[in-house]
Amino acid sequence: MLDLKGYGPALAEGAVVTIELAFLSLALALTLGLLGASAKLSGNRVLTGVATAYTTLIRGVPDLVMMLLFYYGGQVAVNALSDYLWETRQVDFFFQFDPFISGVVTIGLIFGAYMTETFRGAFLAVDVGQIEAAKAYGFSRWHTFRRVMIPQMLRHALPGIGNNWQVLLKTTALVSIIGLTDMVRVAEEAAKAERMPFHFFIPVAAVYLLLTAGSELFIKWLDKRANVGVVRGN
Amino acid sequence: MAETAPLICRDIHKTFDQLEVLKGISLETRKGDVISLIGSSGSGKSTFLRCINLLETPTSGDIIVHGDPIRFKNNRKGERIPADNRQVELIRARLSMVFQSFNLWSHMTVLENIIEAPINVLKIPKKEAIERAESYLNKVGIYERKDYYPAQMSGGQQQRAAIARALAMEPEVMLFDEPTSALDPELVGEVLRVMQSLAEEGRTMIVVTHEMAFARDVSNQVLFLHQGVIEEQGSPDKVFDHPESERMKQFLAPKF
Repeated sequence: MLDLKGYGPALAEGAVVTIELAFLSLALALTLGLLGASAKLSGNRVLTGVATAYTTLIRGVPDLVMMLLFYYGGQVAVNALSDYLWETRQVDFFFQFDPFISGVVTIGLIFGAYMTETFRGAFLAVDVGQIEAAKAYGFSRWHTFRRVMIPQMLRHALPGIGNNWQVLLKTTALVSIIGLTDMVRVAEEAAKAERMPFHFFIPVAAVYLLLTAGSELFIKWLDKRANVGVVRGN
Repeated sequence: MAETAPLICRDIHKTFDQLEVLKGISLETRKGDVISLIGSSGSGKSTFLRCINLLETPTSGDIIVHGDPIRFKNNRKGERIPADNRQVELIRARLSMVFQSFNLWSHMTVLENIIEAPINVLKIPKKEAIERAESYLNKVGIYERKDYYPAQMSGGQQQRAAIARALAMEPEVMLFDEPTSALDPELVGEVLRVMQSLAEEGRTMIVVTHEMAFARDVSNQVLFLHQGVIEEQGSPDKVFDHPESERMKQFLAPKF
């Protein structure tokens, strides 16, 4: 039996932190991705410019640098905003920019940029005739988006979303650097204290593997559902 | 008082960049008219059809659907655009279109395709929409395929499903954009027969087609377009048997 030298509960809590972090970041990334892709395809010059600046900037800077910037810079920014609001409007606004929030924001922003590109490509892959039919039957823009573009776009986007999700899940390990006690951080401390790196890191690796393998199955299932009505091989 | 014309188009022009594709096309329908638009590729017949339901915005000219003129305005670049998107949506719901490549929504079953717009655009209760859909599926002869996805059916069946989708809107005018051009030759007949039965019921139809036999036998009015103008117009009898224009005579001449 695996003896975790009393670190078991801490590791389990760390795993929960990892999972929470991953799902919240994913939610943020998907939202930003949809907004970013819509902006890039809007035909509006300002929106396209903002979205392009966002993806270029994020994709060009190392994840670790972004994380350090948000963690150390984020609190400074919140403090400044808090002071400003209090002095000008007497609004009492403050929150602690803790490692968890910085983690979600950073990872969400990074993967939002990748999702933007995934969604953009997927929207462009939707057959124009499908959208024209919606228009010709009097659908509003929103109805066309919701009932035709989203379901058809997802067919093209799901493989990319699955890929991004797997990388995102593994990127959460970076938050241990800014002091969040996720699974990796706990394992690192335990491994140092006990001088047993294999003993602690291999189970951690196994948990990541379990999560990614499980996600792969789930994505496969989603993919099958999204592709209902598609006949392959002709 | 005379019955209100389902559709009137007056002096429709359409320019893409520098190219003038339509140079003033007018058309007036009476209820029950079946109007065939014929002409070679590039003559502007499909563009004209797409102008009627605003898939293309005419550069100038009026479109009046059952007495209701579509309102236009100019955007900041000076291009003409519809003034009221809501009006366009309502008008499109009264002019249902059948496309060359069917354009059934591929993620929905046949039945879902047919009830989608009646429920969400016409706001008909779901139960009634399903009953309506089933009766039209019977009419086009593919009731037993109602739970199939479009990709699981032949082109002819897909096009008949698309016709049922158009019928379910109970439209003022049905617009057909080369409905048989994408079909294998042996599937053309089943679609044309459905269209003929609609014509016999007195539905108002405008059909862009290369099927000369259909234009001659089923329609009561034929418009021959050439380079964006109507070269010849009238009853099939007049257009096919006594054409006045040289172009029309060339168009009808045996090709080999």
